[in-house]
Amino acid sequence: MRTGIVVFPGTWSDRDCAHTLLDVLQEPVRYVDHREQHLDGLDLVILPGGFSYGDHLRCGAIARFAPVMEAVTDFANRGGLVLGICNGFQILQEARLLPGALLRNASCEFRCEWVNLRVEQSESAFTHDCRPGQVLRIPISHGEGNFFADPDTLDAIERNGQVVFRYCAPDGRVTANANPNGSLRNIAGIANSRGNVVGMMPHPERACEALLGSVDGLAVFRSAIHALTRVGV
Amino acid sequence: MAVAVGREQLDALALNAEEYGAIVRAIGRDPNDLELGMFGALWSEHCAYKTSKTLLRQLPTEGPHVLQGPGENAGAVDIGDGLAVVFKIESHNHPSAIEPYQGAATGVGGILRDVFAMGARPIAILDALRFGPLDSGHNRHLFQGVVAGIGGYGNCFGCPTVGGELYFDPGYADNPIVNAMCVGLVRHDRLRRASADRAGDAVLLVGADTGRDGIHGATFASVEMDERSGERRPAVQVGNPFLEKLLCEACLRLNELTGVTAIQDLGAAGLTSAASELAHRGRRGIDIDVDRISRREKGMAAYDVMLSESQERMLVVLRPDAEAAAREVFDHFELHADRIGTITGTGRIRVRERGALAADLPLKALVDGVPLRAPAATFVERRSAPVMPAIEEPDAVLLDLLASPNLRSRRPIYRTYDHQVQDNTVIGPGFDAALLRVPGTSKGLALTTDGNPWYVALDPYEGTKAAVAEAARNIVCTGARPIAVTNCLNFGNPERPVVFGQLQESVRGLADACRALELPVVSGNVSLYNETSERNIPPTPVIGMVGLLDDLSLRCPAGFQEDGDLVFLLGESREELAGSAYLRLLGAPCEGRPPTVSLEMEGRLQAAMLDSIGRGVLRCAHDVSDGGLLIALAESALYGGLGLRCPGIVGPISREAFYFGESQGRIVVSVAPRRVPELQKLMAKHHVPLHAIGVVGGEEFQIGSDIRVSLDTLRQAWETAF
Repeated sequence: MRTGIVVFPGTWSDRDCAHTLLDVLQEPVRYVDHREQHLDGLDLVILPGGFSYGDHLRCGAIARFAPVMEAVTDFANRGGLVLGICNGFQILQEARLLPGALLRNASCEFRCEWVNLRVEQSESAFTHDCRPGQVLRIPISHGEGNFFADPDTLDAIERNGQVVFRYCAPDGRVTANANPNGSLRNIAGIANSRGNVVGMMPHPERACEALLGSVDGLAVFRSAIHALTRVGV
Repeated sequence: MAVAVGREQLDALALNAEEYGAIVRAIGRDPNDLELGMFGALWSEHCAYKTSKTLLRQLPTEGPHVLQGPGENAGAVDIGDGLAVVFKIESHNHPSAIEPYQGAATGVGGILRDVFAMGARPIAILDALRFGPLDSGHNRHLFQGVVAGIGGYGNCFGCPTVGGELYFDPGYADNPIVNAMCVGLVRHDRLRRASADRAGDAVLLVGADTGRDGIHGATFASVEMDERSGERRPAVQVGNPFLEKLLCEACLRLNELTGVTAIQDLGAAGLTSAASELAHRGRRGIDIDVDRISRREKGMAAYDVMLSESQERMLVVLRPDAEAAAREVFDHFELHADRIGTITGTGRIRVRERGALAADLPLKALVDGVPLRAPAATFVERRSAPVMPAIEEPDAVLLDLLASPNLRSRRPIYRTYDHQVQDNTVIGPGFDAALLRVPGTSKGLALTTDGNPWYVALDPYEGTKAAVAEAARNIVCTGARPIAVTNCLNFGNPERPVVFGQLQESVRGLADACRALELPVVSGNVSLYNETSERNIPPTPVIGMVGLLDDLSLRCPAGFQEDGDLVFLLGESREELAGSAYLRLLGAPCEGRPPTVSLEMEGRLQAAMLDSIGRGVLRCAHDVSDGGLLIALAESALYGGLGLRCPGIVGPISREAFYFGESQGRIVVSVAPRRVPELQKLMAKHHVPLHAIGVVGGEEFQIGSDIRVSLDTLRQAWETAF
């Protein structure tokens, strides 16, 4: 799998994603500059976490206009795999590649902590290796991760099976207590209708080594690898 | 001597008439306004250490692994594999008292720049904070602003905040302590010193444009505060962590180029300090053309430009033929760089404005020439410890202590800090020391800051010794070996003999402890004049320490691990209650002799710990510190989510002192039953007393017939909100 990791000014989990793919999964990666206009030869594009353009104006609102985003949109429309993590998720929404918006956390505070995610469906390219109902332990680290969508959109993404992850208790129950940021229906990650573009607020690249506290994030990256093998890319 | 300037002008620069005389003697004439401003900044306490320098000479700064001691942007120590750890701690107390968010944020920004100026990538931030009690709205405003500022800067920059400490005491009302420590990593061959030693090199100013913010910041940090200090808000800088992130990546890339001579961050006293120090370190001179410096606003005089403390700026010195390659790097990160001057062989700093010479000063006098001050010192006579009634309800005391602001869980704070970014955090905040992986190796770095203010208040010598010992104990509890120290000395107004006496004794304690434990002091910072409306803060030395663990798989956690494990107390408990959280809870005055540290015993205890952890004997280890033995046991239970059954503890001392006394040199450990003989043998070998406490397990925390509470009840108390 050939992965491109997009670097905007202010991105910082680019190096963590590269470490996970290169050192843990032994998969080749290259950094993609925000000014690049072509993503030729890539199988997977990651929009990593960070504070692109300092989160000025609104998270992701400026990055969405970076030259690379046109290429990312084309890539996604052609069925390429795109994973947006944290700020990357915010950018995908601003670019209209994913529905909804991410508001300020209900606590009005930044939150960095371990959460549990219930996998809602295993059809997306990034949950292919999971079974529905499986619980993954992965940390969050954000100030604006409160998922919001209007009622019609919310019903539509539920109906289409686009909800990929929900915040849950360790036993998988979706409870108000398990919701770290006020997200509607505890939504932590969603896919586009085709399932090739996924955005998630938690950071799977921080949960790929036992030394760091969890290996549950590996399922996200391995699913992508297997999804590509499956379609014979 | 006739003084050509008014008293008011000198006061504004915190210079005295004697210092003015020294300036005139050094340059052979009266300085002009700009020159006097430059002297005022560089001869400020903050920049020149004129009151503390003589004392600081006592500190051990050398060791076989020290690559860079004090005097540079940060210290550096070899950790093997061709890598060096670079670190320093610095204060931002005065700005934070006036504008807490920006004060704390720019404190973090400044210390990050110190580390990446050395060529190192910042991998961790720690923060030592002190505030007045939160029942005052103003103290709460300062507390919340500081915490938000630290998170706001570190989170956006992408460096994890992995540790630190937080205390509340009425002595810090209106004068909070905000110390930020940054730790970075660099390959030896890329370790950079900010020394411009080649005449003809070009000087570039990179990053933010220069504004009027922070003018006289260094001076402001060198005078006491009063009710009019709020008017100094314009002297507080505003941070831009996004720009800093770009600046950091650019500097790290620049560090790989040939032809780059020096990188120096602009901190206190702005361009004046940065330019003078790097030229003086290289025994050269520097010419600066202020007209070439990009500004945020019109009408700025040379004075404003030279003394601005606008953040996120770096000076880069390079060979002229390397400028094109450097500009490519800046262009990549869309950073602005002005070529503002040249390194010369004159030994002088010359500032030109519109072609005319606006300042022309000898660097030796400017950087090194300040007359050192030797204020008078007095020592306060110790009063005897308060006598308090015996405890009637130990369980209530335990719960009240756990819920008290100084002992309750810090999670509500550290969960607002990204403590995981960079994928190296093995043990995060909330424990004895943080433990980070050294990327690409199996090694770990243990990091901590410590400084119990009450011990120091009672006895600056013993208290500072205790701070060093406790930091080292925190490090060894993870299994790591302490390797070096950085320190931040926060004191009141040194012109008051009591305060200078505290500083003198504290530095002596620091020197003795570091020497005994063979820990070089490689960097540090002194913050004096922490005085508000004639109230001085309690003396507050903060020790930052770094330890090295050769094999991360041997790391030791702080929480109980397995039902049935046996719990022991290592070290000796004495009848020491003065300065304890227990006495504060009872409302007793802070008087008496604080717990004393035997450095010889401390060395043996730490050797015994490393020996035991290295052999895999221990399941967990947790330092006994604030709150005493029962608090340490309760914390280990809460960390591990496992209870404790203790048949009843009988010590050789009073129940109060055994439960809640804070005798130093003690650690709580747990071991699997079959490893107990090994533990006993190891402690006998190192002559460390061993005291059986109880058995891990169950849902309750039980100490004989005195205490029986559920873990849930303990947790509820511990997790009391701020």
